[in-house]
Amino acid sequence: MLGLNRKDTTFLIIVVLLTLFTPFLMQPFSEGSAMAQFNGGYPDLMAKVAIFGIFAMGFNILFGLTGYLSFGHAAFLGVGSYSAVWMFKLLTLNVFPAIILAVIIGGVFSLVIGYISLRRSGIYFSILTLAMAEMSYRLAYSVLTPITNGETGLQVRATDPRIFDGEGAADYPNLFGLELSTSQKWEVLGHVFTFNVGYYFCALIAIVMFYLSMRIFRSPFGLILRATKSNQQRLSYTGLSTRPYALAAFVISGMYAGLAGGLLAAMDPLAGAERMVWTASGEVVIMTILGGAGTLLGPVLGAGAIKYLENIFSKINENVLHEWFHFMPEWLADPIVFILSRFTGEGWHLTLGLMFMAVVIFLPGGLIEGGQRIANRFRKKPPEDDDAEHHPKAAPHVAE
Amino acid sequence: MSNSRFTRRGLLKTSAAMGAGLAMPTIFTSAASAFTNDPTGSTVKIGFNVPQTGPYADEGLDELRAQELAVAHINGEGDGGMLNTFSSKALDGTGILGKKVEFVTGDTQTKSDAARASAKSMIEKDQVVMINGGSSSGVAIAVQGLCQEAGIIFMAGLTHSNDTTGKDRKANGFRHFFNAYMSGAALAPVLKNAYGSDRRAYHLTADYTWGWTQEESLVASTEGIGWETVNTVKTPVGAGDFSSYIAPVLSSGADVLVLNHYGGDMINSLTQAVQFGLRDKMVNGKQFEIVVPLYSELMAAGAGENIKGVYGSMNWNWQLTDEGTAAFVKSFGEKYGRPPSNSAHTCYVQTLLYADAVTRGGSFNPCSVGEALEDFEFDGLGNGPTLYRGADHQCFKDVLVMKGAENPTNQYDTLEVVEITPRAQVEYPSNHPMFGGDEASLGTCNPGA
Repeated sequence: MLGLNRKDTTFLIIVVLLTLFTPFLMQPFSEGSAMAQFNGGYPDLMAKVAIFGIFAMGFNILFGLTGYLSFGHAAFLGVGSYSAVWMFKLLTLNVFPAIILAVIIGGVFSLVIGYISLRRSGIYFSILTLAMAEMSYRLAYSVLTPITNGETGLQVRATDPRIFDGEGAADYPNLFGLELSTSQKWEVLGHVFTFNVGYYFCALIAIVMFYLSMRIFRSPFGLILRATKSNQQRLSYTGLSTRPYALAAFVISGMYAGLAGGLLAAMDPLAGAERMVWTASGEVVIMTILGGAGTLLGPVLGAGAIKYLENIFSKINENVLHEWFHFMPEWLADPIVFILSRFTGEGWHLTLGLMFMAVVIFLPGGLIEGGQRIANRFRKKPPEDDDAEHHPKAAPHVAE
Repeated sequence: MSNSRFTRRGLLKTSAAMGAGLAMPTIFTSAASAFTNDPTGSTVKIGFNVPQTGPYADEGLDELRAQELAVAHINGEGDGGMLNTFSSKALDGTGILGKKVEFVTGDTQTKSDAARASAKSMIEKDQVVMINGGSSSGVAIAVQGLCQEAGIIFMAGLTHSNDTTGKDRKANGFRHFFNAYMSGAALAPVLKNAYGSDRRAYHLTADYTWGWTQEESLVASTEGIGWETVNTVKTPVGAGDFSSYIAPVLSSGADVLVLNHYGGDMINSLTQAVQFGLRDKMVNGKQFEIVVPLYSELMAAGAGENIKGVYGSMNWNWQLTDEGTAAFVKSFGEKYGRPPSNSAHTCYVQTLLYADAVTRGGSFNPCSVGEALEDFEFDGLGNGPTLYRGADHQCFKDVLVMKGAENPTNQYDTLEVVEITPRAQVEYPSNHPMFGGDEASLGTCNPGA
């Protein structure tokens, strides 16, 4: 179906179902129960997971396939957001023009940066992209203030021209009049499930983007990208110039990032320069590696894991911990709370760091490899052949 | 490889399946509610969104202490603080409309993006009816816009930019804190008395909404007393090193330096200006002076010795002697062992004002709360008689002109009150050009849902 073989079709259908039922999957605990703290099924978080999933999927087309490690992808996310908000201000609050321009600007921007940066490879490429992104961030903060509104951030105002919006048009980002913030709540057995227009809009785009990246992975183009990763020199010796292919991958991933930036602005019409800072670029690298670089679903899982940690773990402050360990005597509860509070609340980065280290050391293929190992344990397979020499080599470590 | 076999049947099947999947959520209908997060149980949740990490963390944590104290007082715990001196007696210490108040906290990190994400999760996950806080005008304006969109009330904390209740004013947003225009209006006469009317000022300004409006206000008010503005220079927020901006001041012929900086930036720029020997210089036959238009206790403590004799303005100070201030300082001091800061006071008062407005209006509906707050006159909350103006949701009250204390007796009285500028002197029409002129409007109140 849709140009995919049977296995991939099944895979795609599973992904579609997972996405559609996210409001249930991320809301496993009933309201008022002690575990309600860990529910993540509210629209903002679900939409962020979908959006950063798109961002990481795009990054994975570059990093996972060609092995070029870009440290400047947040710049494309940022320009995507800025262009989307400008469309909101000038044309209309309908999200389509905004998202289309975000993708185009993301593409143009990545073409320029990619053209320059791809003259080098390896660490030099990474440094060049990092420098470009940092430059964009500084520009957004200083000389470009008339366009970006600097530290305050670009926002939609009632006095904006919005030439396509007539009288009585919606005041918030919408899909032909249907506001993205519209939600339906469904209460059943003490659970509250929220179905949000914005989330489903982002999710639908994420599914399309997932399909697109699947097609790229399976295409001859994808194969050349993989060949670039495994041995660029050999590929050049066969008479193939790799640079146009790498540049194409770079631009595609830049457009994915621009799209993600546009969607972020659509869900929340504000664009700030912090989105382009280098830690944001680092975040997408971590997402991809955590989930599994070079795999289709891995980056999305990584994005979900990080956004969940960021939003849920960071809310568990000392007061909450004290409530949890209320039943213990004070001399026991206090040290436990003290230690745990280093890893939750403001300290959630520490948890993320430990998790990242564990994944890189023990599961070089990311969370996806963890899932595969568990699946293999349950699947009764014939014992492995000892004749290692005549076997294809295992996939190399992501860091190599 | 790819095997493109688009068949009509295949396409139909896929699109039917997708369509059914997408249509599914619209089948469910929500329980109709008049406004966002209508509290149905025996408790009501409010959100405190303050910087807990980053450069304004000190201010944020002090705000959080005051907010916790306010919730305790509304729920009838502790000694009641300012509830005893507040002119409105609607609150009786049984929570709000009989519902016990609970709160959640969030970390804005002093970044608009992070602040909005944290506010969104409070609204969507924790179902708060009101958000209070913000220690930066950029953040406050961003969160105010979000609350307007979501249909809940935003009670601004520390935000001093004219824009918050100027061109970015919103029907669901309210500000108790004073603003840059008021600082200018209060400072100008004091500066004229102290330094004369023939001065040349040089401005260094934090490059964002607050800095811009404060510079505009100060330039206007000082030129009003006959001063000349030599130059205005924007500096990036969080620059750390200001020496390259301070060096040109000496050769510019200016004899007053106005630092439109806040928090860590102000501590750094003031310290560096003093290290450059600016305050020992004689220019145009006059002693060189430095002015810091917006002061806070925490900044004064950070700048130490360098702040002695420097003029600035404040919304409130714990050294005031009215009974509201006394009651608040007493209960804050008993609980935390230190006097509250300016920003702590405004957050405490905003929480009480919200609770009071809900009680008087009889509903948590943002439109009812807005109506109860608009043109509300009250007293006993530390600033004397105060008006919440309906046209722009800005509070009008006396403004304090402060000076770095020459001989502080302990670590908390680093500032002394020079003058209490009466409310009439800092008032302005709601369509003042610095506040967006005639174009600025609150819009209509949004109850969400």
